[in-house]
Amino acid sequence: MAQVLVVTSGKGGVGKTTTTAALGAALAKTGKTVAVVDFDVGLRNLDLVMGAERRVVFDLVNVIQGDAKLAQALIKDKRIDTLSLLPASQTRDKDALTSEGVAKVMEELREKFDWVVCDSPAGIERGAQLAMYHADKAVIVTNPEVSSVRDSDRIIGMLDSTTEKAKAGEKVEKNLLLTRYDPARAARGEMLSVDDVLEILSIPLIGIIPESQDVLRASNLGSPVTLAAPESGPARAYFDAARRLSGEKVDITVPTERKGLLDWLFKRGAA
Amino acid sequence: MTAPTASQSIPPSSDAASSSASTAAPLRIRAGGRSFLALVLTPEAPLDGWLIALDRQIERSAGFFAGKPIILDLSLAPADDPGLPSFLPALQERGVRVIGIEGADRSESAFAGWDWPEGFIGGRDSAAVDVPDETEEQPPALPPGALVIEQPVRSGQQIVWPEGDVVILGSVASGAEISAGGSIHVYGALRGRAIAGIVGRPDARVFARVMQAELVAIDGFYSVADEFDPELVGKPAQALLEGESLILRPLP
Repeated sequence: MAQVLVVTSGKGGVGKTTTTAALGAALAKTGKTVAVVDFDVGLRNLDLVMGAERRVVFDLVNVIQGDAKLAQALIKDKRIDTLSLLPASQTRDKDALTSEGVAKVMEELREKFDWVVCDSPAGIERGAQLAMYHADKAVIVTNPEVSSVRDSDRIIGMLDSTTEKAKAGEKVEKNLLLTRYDPARAARGEMLSVDDVLEILSIPLIGIIPESQDVLRASNLGSPVTLAAPESGPARAYFDAARRLSGEKVDITVPTERKGLLDWLFKRGAA
Repeated sequence: MTAPTASQSIPPSSDAASSSASTAAPLRIRAGGRSFLALVLTPEAPLDGWLIALDRQIERSAGFFAGKPIILDLSLAPADDPGLPSFLPALQERGVRVIGIEGADRSESAFAGWDWPEGFIGGRDSAAVDVPDETEEQPPALPPGALVIEQPVRSGQQIVWPEGDVVILGSVASGAEISAGGSIHVYGALRGRAIAGIVGRPDARVFARVMQAELVAIDGFYSVADEFDPELVGKPAQALLEGESLILRPLP
């Protein structure tokens, strides 16, 4: 039975697209078939982060409007053959998405793939609503900052009220992913701690992604960090998160400041 | 549609005043002459169809019949036409002022309900009148030419110009889309999509000073960036159709 996962946050710039690409690739690496779907019509980015922007012909809006078949619009990843991308349209806006059209596409995707990972646009409007509507599970991407946490709280409320599952009296399984976590700033008390965030949002945590140059570099290379630098801290955290989403029990590791340790060694050596 | 075929001049309207001056000492009646051109309409069977044609004519030249005296020549309208009894009221409804009827016998039963106007005498035929067609009066528009865009075309913008070529002086960003009935000329960098010959022109081309298009299509045949010759990407290049394959060539 296919799982539909929405990656959402409310706030922009917290790492939804990066997370969609990294989790999608991590899940696909386990041999499952995965489609990552860009719901950010008008501001598409997932194709860039996945490195598929030079191969886009048709998009989600074309499929919804019947101008193209789903199979024509799906772009198979060149690195992992179980991974496919359904890009968004850049020249249209979110009004081009109809709820019936989205429902039809999601149904077809469910038949073809083990995982359907939907990259939600920022905000709480139509685009975000449509992205989350068919979800079985949600990953709420949150930065350890008050504004991001409050927006995530808002999104969690919507997941509990406006989705298909909620309307049927069921629950969307919600998972918190903390991103851009800076151990040094957290140690100095300049960021909300993991406990603070968990206390406010009170949903299970599936990973803490450290702020890292590896993530930035991977995005600019057009490769999910789980493919570009699989041994890096962020990639390992994403792999662990993917395993937790698949139902495995994996302990959470809180990233610590490795640089502090090196500094300490260095200082000791110099002394 | 039948244009009126003849006209009559109407006696001056001041004639009507002559009877009011009977009691007092005979005044000299002043009478000047004024002539109007009356249009003679010659409806043909079927009259319903003729009325539809008249409506179309009125649509094209609104006001042409307004205030004009009309003579109705019924010589071409058969007396048994089912539209005949309601024909005069239908004309009056359209603002056609019938001042005289010719070519028919008013004692026919079809005319029972007609408010038969007393005609005038002394008319004289004049040349046929052309009913002006206002839609034709405007000077014919020039066929549209190329669309010239001086600003850069941003991501998400869509330019559609089925009428001809599109010329862009700046650059076309990734995620922008240009569609043209003819060719597309980009004097900056083409980083978005260019869709030429959308009205079915296989000879359309796409020219760019810096060819970095995401997708190029001509007359329905397309190619994405991944399929382009890497030698030409980022260089001045043109895309054209050779048979059913889209190829890139360097600009000379």
